[in-house]
Amino acid sequence: MAAVGSACLFVGLLTALYAVGAALYGARTGRRRWVDSSRFAMYALAGLLVTAFGLLEVAYLTSDLSLRIVVQSSSTDTPTFYKVTGMWSTQEGSLLLWVLLLSIFSAAVLRATRRTMREIVPYATAVLGTIAAFFLALSVFAESPFTTFAVPPAEGNGLNPLLRHPAMMIHPPMLYSGYVGFSIPFAFAVGALVTRRTGADWIRATRRFALIAWTFLGFGIMLGALWSYSELGWGGYWAWDPVENASLMPWLTGTAFLHSVMVQEKRGMLKVWNVSLIVTTFVLALLGTFLVRSGILSSIHAFGASTLGPPFLAFIAAVLVGSLVLVLVRLPALRTESRLDSLVSRESIFVLNNLVLVSVCFVIFWGTFFPLISEAITGTESSVGPPWFNQYVTPLALVLVLLAGIGPVIAWRRATPANLRRAFLAPVAIAAATLVALLALTPAAESVPSLIMFTLVGFVLAVVGQELWRGVGARRAMAGESPPVALVRLVARNRHRYGGYVVHAGIALLFLGVAASSAFVDQRDVRLRPGQTTEVGDYVVTYREPTARFLDDRSGTGAPITFGAVLDVRNLNGDERFTLNPSRNYYAASEGGGPMGTFGRFFQGESTTEVAVRWGMRRDFWMAVQPDLRALIGPIKEANRRFAGLPGEAQALVLAAIVERYRRDTPSATFRTLVSPMIAWIWIGGGVVLLGALLALWPTAGARERRVTSLYAARLGRELSRA
Amino acid sequence: MDPRRKRKIRAVVLLTVALLLAGALVYTSFSAATEAATPSQLVAAAEAGRSYKLTGKVVDGSVERRDDGVRFAVRDRTGQTAIPVDYSGVVPDPFREGREVIVEGRVRGGTLMADRDSLVTKCPSKFSEQKKGSGTS
Repeated sequence: MAAVGSACLFVGLLTALYAVGAALYGARTGRRRWVDSSRFAMYALAGLLVTAFGLLEVAYLTSDLSLRIVVQSSSTDTPTFYKVTGMWSTQEGSLLLWVLLLSIFSAAVLRATRRTMREIVPYATAVLGTIAAFFLALSVFAESPFTTFAVPPAEGNGLNPLLRHPAMMIHPPMLYSGYVGFSIPFAFAVGALVTRRTGADWIRATRRFALIAWTFLGFGIMLGALWSYSELGWGGYWAWDPVENASLMPWLTGTAFLHSVMVQEKRGMLKVWNVSLIVTTFVLALLGTFLVRSGILSSIHAFGASTLGPPFLAFIAAVLVGSLVLVLVRLPALRTESRLDSLVSRESIFVLNNLVLVSVCFVIFWGTFFPLISEAITGTESSVGPPWFNQYVTPLALVLVLLAGIGPVIAWRRATPANLRRAFLAPVAIAAATLVALLALTPAAESVPSLIMFTLVGFVLAVVGQELWRGVGARRAMAGESPPVALVRLVARNRHRYGGYVVHAGIALLFLGVAASSAFVDQRDVRLRPGQTTEVGDYVVTYREPTARFLDDRSGTGAPITFGAVLDVRNLNGDERFTLNPSRNYYAASEGGGPMGTFGRFFQGESTTEVAVRWGMRRDFWMAVQPDLRALIGPIKEANRRFAGLPGEAQALVLAAIVERYRRDTPSATFRTLVSPMIAWIWIGGGVVLLGALLALWPTAGARERRVTSLYAARLGRELSRA
Repeated sequence: MDPRRKRKIRAVVLLTVALLLAGALVYTSFSAATEAATPSQLVAAAEAGRSYKLTGKVVDGSVERRDDGVRFAVRDRTGQTAIPVDYSGVVPDPFREGREVIVEGRVRGGTLMADRDSLVTKCPSKFSEQKKGSGTS
């Protein structure tokens, strides 16, 4: 099976190279059949990679321990869900996933454009084929996922326990789909530049892919944040870690791109900017893929040093230099078709939004790479922390949310005072009312940035609400529909537009959660014995009793031992009572490892926090526990001395007794408790953004119609040219 | 106003803002930065009151759990020079003897008094670096 898989990858590499050659030859000589052949080669590539991926999945499911990556990241006793998803925790597996997604995206876009854009498509095919060939070459020559052991070990390492969380396993494919997706508009931008067809065609053909990429990447980032919040024991969702930053940067420039291409479509402006943005986005996506594995920046995500540094950096440099040269050579073809008429117009708001997004990206880039920059300049490596990032990103985020309210409704070209009044009078009034209400009724004024953010969120939501209200009103007046019917039809008929509005509302909600939870969180780290009580915010927490479970794996992660705590929580008014059960899973260290002997190894392997959260729209109550196992050292030593020679089943009984000892000896434990107001709105907002993006992506009746008409037009053109 | 002049003014304003922002960025990053250091660098010459970001490996047998955190020693990645660390706050899940850690703090009396919650543990190598000669390919 490994041989078949390796063959798939090798043949895939040849296929990708053939596609590049055939596409270029076909484009140069004008022979359509070669271009068609290159497209079929890309379809075949997708087929080969799906096969290779499928083989690898089978190997994981059947725990084929002759394959090295299965041994590295799985084992026979790994739960099935984590067997299926274990592949992308390895470098080899993640490379294969990257190129698999690329081949699928490429096949999809080439099929969608098979009858259009005959000049651009061959070059785009060549670009996509080159990217695929690069990743396949890495897979074939450096990091083959099908490397085998001559003598398979008896058991695999199992998946890193920290990664055993559903969000964590869906997170990488989502991020990668985002990274990979941006290669499609990039490839078409290159094609457009080469052929000097720098109008809006390439944008129209790939906008859907850019939006898909943006959606996946954003969703992936959200899942990562959710994982951090609900799995790691620190209670935060964002730490400005280099790898987090690396995923955010292409998302920011991608967001800028989605907005600025509208200006090019409508007004024929910003052409240089748009191609530069998509090049930047793609390069940042490559950088993001690379950073996770490179180890050049110290990050929790740095999974040890990799051998891929030099080829990856060379590829990124080649993409960057090549694109730059291409843009410079084609500057004459990128001349703008019109000028900015007024600063008070939608295009100027979009330009401003682009500048802010790119600034945020630059700030993050500078901060992320500061260790390398400072070492290059001063010779000593230094780094900047979260406060540094926050001091820049907070004000820029406020401006962004403001623009998210203005952009969708301000007029193109030049907004008149009447237009401004009509669009913004009510939202500004609502924002002002929000501000007054916040000042009068809540302690929001304690944090000025948060206060401003709440006001701006009110503004954005009011703008979106007003648009929906007016649209529904118009339909009711014209068609006499009932409000719900009018709303559904309104959105269904203009999915792009209303999808965009929903995304903006979601972003506003997300920032509502960010602002409220970061400024008004109550945190307490405290050590308690059973029966003791502490106060956090408006809550009283009582440590009722410890829990200890042996071979009773309730979180489905395959941990044999779990220690935890039962806590009773009530608020000071006494109208809210609940029980929380945070715990910690213990995975055994490998056989014979550790100074703690036969029984100690079960407590000395990896351990992971199982956070307990009481989710709520108004606030989350979040708890993590660090059990103190010092009291078990004595019993473990005694067991090692007396029972190490017993058969396995008897040892299990001894182990169960040690575990039970924790529950009876009522030790103290350290708890971290967070009361985070409105943090749930981050996830709700993220969900709304996803919904809006899906709305905008759903094919409209109009698009189908246009496709049919354009086909007819094309056929008519062909027949006319023959006549 | 002449539109060309107007554009020029806009461009100048924009460039100025960009330059100011860039200047602030460069200045604050250098002034707010924490210097990276290895245990031997800190043992040899640590300025009092200055914040450092220590990188190294947790010394075997040095971890001592406390009520509010943990005390341990960090040694050079290759070498034996070690510095004790006094840390309070959340101990990351993968934290263990022999693991590579990053921790920030100030040196007082030969000990790194770590900032709260500043401990970062790199992902365990067990799950990534098992390539020691056993692969056949």
